[in-house]
Amino acid sequence: MHHKLHADQEEGIKMNKTIISVKNLVKIYNMGDVEVHALRGIDMDIHREDFIAIMGKSGSGKSTFMNIVGCLDVPTRGKYFLDGVDVSSLTKDQLANLRNRKIGFVFQSFNLLSRTSALENVELPLMYNHKVSSREMKERSVKALEAVGLGDRCGHFPNQLSGGEQQRVAIARSLVNDPVVILADEPTGNLDTRTSLEVMDIFQDLNRKGITIVIVTHEADIALFTKKNVTFKDGRIIRMVENERVRNAKEELALIPAPTMEEDL
Amino acid sequence: MNLKNLMKAAIRSLAKNKMRTFLTMLGIIIGVASVITMLAIGQGSRESIQAQISTLGTNVMMIFPSASTTGGVRMEAGTSQRMTLDDAKAVTERCPSILYLTPQVRTSGQLVAGSSNWRTSVYGVYPEYFDIRNLKIETGDRFSMNDDRSAAKVCLVGQTVVINLFGEGADAVGRFIRINKIPFKIVGIIEKKGQNAFGQDQDDMVIAPFSTVQKRMLTITYIQSMMASAKSESLIPAATEEITEVLKTRHRLGPSEDPDFTIRTQSDIAKTATETSRIMTILLATIASISLLVGGIGIMNIMLVSVTERTREIGIRMSVGARGRDVLLQFLIEALLISLIGGLIGIGLGVLVSQIVTDFMNWPITITLQSILMSFLFSSAIGIFFGWYPAQKAARLNPIDALRYE
Repeated sequence: MHHKLHADQEEGIKMNKTIISVKNLVKIYNMGDVEVHALRGIDMDIHREDFIAIMGKSGSGKSTFMNIVGCLDVPTRGKYFLDGVDVSSLTKDQLANLRNRKIGFVFQSFNLLSRTSALENVELPLMYNHKVSSREMKERSVKALEAVGLGDRCGHFPNQLSGGEQQRVAIARSLVNDPVVILADEPTGNLDTRTSLEVMDIFQDLNRKGITIVIVTHEADIALFTKKNVTFKDGRIIRMVENERVRNAKEELALIPAPTMEEDL
Repeated sequence: MNLKNLMKAAIRSLAKNKMRTFLTMLGIIIGVASVITMLAIGQGSRESIQAQISTLGTNVMMIFPSASTTGGVRMEAGTSQRMTLDDAKAVTERCPSILYLTPQVRTSGQLVAGSSNWRTSVYGVYPEYFDIRNLKIETGDRFSMNDDRSAAKVCLVGQTVVINLFGEGADAVGRFIRINKIPFKIVGIIEKKGQNAFGQDQDDMVIAPFSTVQKRMLTITYIQSMMASAKSESLIPAATEEITEVLKTRHRLGPSEDPDFTIRTQSDIAKTATETSRIMTILLATIASISLLVGGIGIMNIMLVSVTERTREIGIRMSVGARGRDVLLQFLIEALLISLIGGLIGIGLGVLVSQIVTDFMNWPITITLQSILMSFLFSSAIGIFFGWYPAQKAARLNPIDALRYE
């Protein structure tokens, strides 16, 4: 699925190419008489193969930032370039197309379609891409499910899967359209420690394969598995540090005793 | 999304709430079924009225003299004595659009045969009368023009007369009856025609030669009316004009003067009767359409509920790249599926109910392809019309709000 990236690698193209660039991003919500300044001027570049954790208390503007980066919302002021495209001036339909081709979302509450099999959930983004044939759709979806270790659960419905498995299906769905970035909003928020580690392990795996990932989390120990931590406060970035000692989720998972019973219930 | 996936998604979400889908569909089913049934009953009664009217004969025209006036007091229509046998002859000779014509006089007579007696109308006409009115002779034969010239005391009788004078199935041909004490020989029995559109028994009559009734029974010199048939239905207006001209000239009336006669055509009578049943059909169909409309509102209602319930699903779809029109199409197809499937079942049910109506209540029905197509199109239009607003509402959702919706 990612042979393009490998090809780039082999040709020695600069690896830290900027794929997301925001300049002086401002978002103001009009709540009747009151103006809420959710973002007060954000500058940030995200490069290929980055693995960033965005942190901050609720109301710090991190969710607003993710919404704009995910092309779900448009900024009040400022510029946003995604993969070279100026997003700030696009129409609703163009934004939808960008989400379809370049963004993968993972949500705290999984957001899978109920009574729809894991495979069909993963196929969903490709259904809105006319260029993908139904055969290719299936092949790519199966591959994505295999990539998150759920190759044997294609026909399962969300209510037959544990929370961790559901989130892995969601990750497979975010992968399937070969996005330039995966955006995960509190991906471990609804999961216990062990399952959280499993999810972070998958993210680390995917990142090692060259996929750019941005997660929003308020859990400091989850941020330790990422390469770069960005802290938001009152609509501004107050801290941006490289994580010098990235923890390895697979190793830590090995230290935790295997679950005796089905968790997540 | 392509159509196949859209259909799959729509069928899945309809199947998710089977009871709800069925109840919503029921509104459309009942609506379409009642439209089909009402149209079938309306059309059926119209056709049966038309069929009954045509038993009077086709292309029939009747010419009545106008009301007479005695010292400023106008009498009943047809009381004028100005129409004569010569008028009838002139019309026959000079109106090319007319095929047959007969003068007509009518009286009522007390019929006596043995110990039975019966009172009925006696018509005095030419033999052409049978052609004009399309009357068939069951047994015996019609009288001839010679009988008319000699004012022969012969007559043909209808079935009702036979039954009342001789009993059911009796062979009356050749037997004698007295009409107002004048002995008549029955030369033929007229085939049963049944009731006409107005409930009159068309078999309760005696037909005798014109001269016999005019001279022997009525002892008058004028004729009461004429009955003619045009060469074809389309020639009726031409025939009307020709007759008007001939009669006006003969009665020395200027072109601007009102005629002293009235021409009534079969189509006038048919028009009145079918108009009544047409209004009835429209009324019935309108009432039935209202139930279809209510069914449509049911679709809109349930689709609105569905959009609200599935706000999160819409958010998910939008987050992975569904555009507004993809969402619109998805909900529209659901609404359309409900109304189309409901429409199809409704057509089936409507045909069935119509059949039951005709079997058990003996009402004439006619199911036309037109009414089936119309209600099918109508129900799909309703699906689109009432599905549009909820679908539009879904398509306009903001993905962020939709994703957050609990």
